[in-house]
Amino acid sequence: MNELFVTTESGDLLLSDTTKRSRRIRNRLASIWMAGSVLVAVVPLALVIGYVLIKGVGQLTPDWFTKDLPAVTRRAGGGMGPAIVGTLLITAVAAGMAVPLGVLGAIYLHEYGGRGRLGRLIRFMADVMTGVPSIVMGLFVYTVWTIAHGLSAFGGALALACLMLPIIIRTTEEMLRLVPDELRQASYALGNRKWRTILTVVLPAAFGGITSGVMLAIARAAGETAPLVFTIGAARNLNLSIFNGPTTALSVQIFGNAQTPFEAAQARAWGAALTLVAIVFILTILARIVAARVARRHNA
Amino acid sequence: MTEGTLRESASEVVRAPSFIADAPTSVPDNAAVVFDVSGLDVYYGNFRAVRDVNLQIHTHEITAFIGPSGCGKSTVLRCFDRMNDLIEGARIDGKIQFHGVDLYDPRIDPVEVRKRIGMVFQKPNPFPKSIYDNIAFGPRISGTKENLDDVVERALRQAALWDEVKDRLKKSAMGLSGGQQQRLCIARTIAVQPEVILMDEPCSALDPIATARIEDLMQELKSEYTILIVTHNMQQAARVSDRTAFFTTEVNPESDSRTGLLVEYAPTHKIFSAPEDERTENYVTGRFG
Amino acid sequence: MAIGRSDMDITPGGSSGGAVASLHGAGPGRRADQLFHSVALIAGLLVLAILGLIAASTTHEAWPAFRSQGLSFVTSSTWIPAEGKFGALAFIYGTVLSSLLALLLAVPVSLGIALYANEAAPSRIRRPIIAVLDLLAAIPSVVYGLWGVIVLAPFLGPHVYSPINDAVGSWPVVGWFLNGSSGRSFMTAGIILAIMITPIVTSLSREVIATVPRAQREAAYAMGATRWEMIRLAVLPWGRGGIVGAIMLGLGRAMGETIAVALVIGSQAGQVTTHLFEAGDSMAAVIVNQFGEASGTHRAALVGLGVVLFVVTIIVNVSARSIVARFDRQAQGI
Repeated sequence: MNELFVTTESGDLLLSDTTKRSRRIRNRLASIWMAGSVLVAVVPLALVIGYVLIKGVGQLTPDWFTKDLPAVTRRAGGGMGPAIVGTLLITAVAAGMAVPLGVLGAIYLHEYGGRGRLGRLIRFMADVMTGVPSIVMGLFVYTVWTIAHGLSAFGGALALACLMLPIIIRTTEEMLRLVPDELRQASYALGNRKWRTILTVVLPAAFGGITSGVMLAIARAAGETAPLVFTIGAARNLNLSIFNGPTTALSVQIFGNAQTPFEAAQARAWGAALTLVAIVFILTILARIVAARVARRHNA
Repeated sequence: MTEGTLRESASEVVRAPSFIADAPTSVPDNAAVVFDVSGLDVYYGNFRAVRDVNLQIHTHEITAFIGPSGCGKSTVLRCFDRMNDLIEGARIDGKIQFHGVDLYDPRIDPVEVRKRIGMVFQKPNPFPKSIYDNIAFGPRISGTKENLDDVVERALRQAALWDEVKDRLKKSAMGLSGGQQQRLCIARTIAVQPEVILMDEPCSALDPIATARIEDLMQELKSEYTILIVTHNMQQAARVSDRTAFFTTEVNPESDSRTGLLVEYAPTHKIFSAPEDERTENYVTGRFG
Repeated sequence: MAIGRSDMDITPGGSSGGAVASLHGAGPGRRADQLFHSVALIAGLLVLAILGLIAASTTHEAWPAFRSQGLSFVTSSTWIPAEGKFGALAFIYGTVLSSLLALLLAVPVSLGIALYANEAAPSRIRRPIIAVLDLLAAIPSVVYGLWGVIVLAPFLGPHVYSPINDAVGSWPVVGWFLNGSSGRSFMTAGIILAIMITPIVTSLSREVIATVPRAQREAAYAMGATRWEMIRLAVLPWGRGGIVGAIMLGLGRAMGETIAVALVIGSQAGQVTTHLFEAGDSMAAVIVNQFGEASGTHRAALVGLGVVLFVVTIIVNVSARSIVARFDRQAQGI
């Protein structure tokens, strides 16, 4: 290489005196901008997580997990038991509806009709559906279900399922696409039917990736508030019934308590935030671990 | 046969008896017919990929399809187990009869066809499951009443793989070498006990040693199965096959595309030592292709 | 030869008339295939059904309000439920303003991170950066809202907005915007939204930037360009379409965000103002704050807000995706 062209670590090209100072300054400024952006992103993350941790950890007593919500919100006491159960229950029911339907829909898109006009329409609409605001989903379920059947966990689960469905369809389709076609051919060549090929060869091969995508969708749903606000109501006591009666969830509790001026209520909000963030983080990290293990196996 | 032979230039092939010394010098003419192909044309949409194939495949023989690339050897091969059905727009004219039954009769279920006629692919494609589950896959589908352990062992022995993997049957098949994976795919195919095994360039992704092992395997399997092999390596065809079909391409004047056709089909020793068609002679002596 | 199959009666070497029957499809097998196909198809159609239902049912619910207000639903900013007046202009304005503010703040940061991660970062740092972004994205919006209303807003009001307002609030041009002193305001909403959409815009931009061919970068370097000049000459022009698409998707997300905005925007109905540090309202925030106690036409009007929000976000998202799709095709074609 011509000795005129020497690249330093920061990417400046030093052409003895030929590179104008202004160019070098601009390059430096750009580098500062880029690296600085990362810091700017880290600061709010650290602040939010920090506050949640510090203000919330004091709430996490054994009572927190087992006791019902207090009748008088402005005083301390009681726990978040019903909300924790509510979040887990509603999210589980939503997943139970969205995951099979989403995987089946993705199977239709990739293994059957994907390239035809109907397939392209469905794929496009699934993309559109991922952009529907969660509050619109809540209003929708309120209109078609809650008015007729009352407040219940199922209404909330329905709304969350509508949120999860398009995400699961798209990520599952990506995973199915990664399964090499030779595997399907090998299965057909052995005299296997299409449906069995999908169930015994394709899905097992894509399983890790699908699981990871599903877990991320579940993590996102667990943190949602707006779809639940109109559909599950507000209960103070534990309600294990899915179809009968209002219930509550961590996200809704945070929202409600954050709007009050009472210290005790706000403290409860921080505790609920910590609990919710913990649940979501565990799911997200697990999803990443599964994805990494799948990637390693593919490259091995 | 030494590895050195594999690298001999093609021009030394013909009229060099030592090269084809291992090939059978005669083939029984009255061997029973498994496939009877008459007037076969293969189309992809409106494009005729192969025209006018007429031949008969005999039982317990190894038949090789050779020819330059693009001449439709694989296309024709994939007609025998109806794997071309999986390609959109693929169709045939003419007839392929399997023991007198028209394979493309609308009442025929291609899935049943593929249980009788197995296929091994160019790139080894084991399932990302254990070795055991790969072999047991086919028998499990057909609901065999035999003990699966026996079926797996028998298939692996027949594929000359048993000794190498018998201690790690539950390990993933993806951990095997390329040659082992291909033998696994062969074992997987014969586990369902088909009558015919189709092989589409089974050794082209393998090194010479693995290739030699599979060629030996083919000779062993011949006694129980009928084998059709597509190969771009004509020395391989000369080594292993009883009969050879030579395909080539011709240019379609109107559309600038090429259509494949069968030029000559005869016992192997004749194709390589005394071909009747000039195009065959040019190919096997290495003057083109 | 056969393994336990009674329908196999072909003997090798012999021709069998009975072979035709045994090669015919086993009934249950073929039927199972068709059944599975149908089930998968229905699951796919579900997407269309749900979207259609959303559009139909919400419009139907909102119809009384649309009918009684007519076009003034979106052109008037008078929202007085008690008097049956439902003019949503201020809320539409609030949604748009807070989202644009979010973009203004988030895009430079997101682009910077995306460029840093792809071009400048030592490879050791790349993975932690992506991990940080993933964590940012995973935090539920209500937690951001909680932090915003209890920590950020009370801080910004007296310590940032007020001083700025005092200093430049009366100046021309600048004073039109940097005016007001409410912690819960358009600006705070914009800040919180910016934090929330940064992960999306960054990761999409990263994907776009990663598709820039090496040849383009090397051409720029070969001309003696500095790294920044290479980015300006090769990366940004190439990725322009995709980055625009990413930004628009972030916009769509910001417009649809409900809870965090509801907590920090101040909920002052009827304000159409350029003063960024004053309280306002957004469509989604209004819905979630007023729905509990609303009835009759008021409720219909709130659902109507949802319809407007639905339509607007769909338009933004569809445009974004078509821009990205065009970019993808262009990237693959070349």
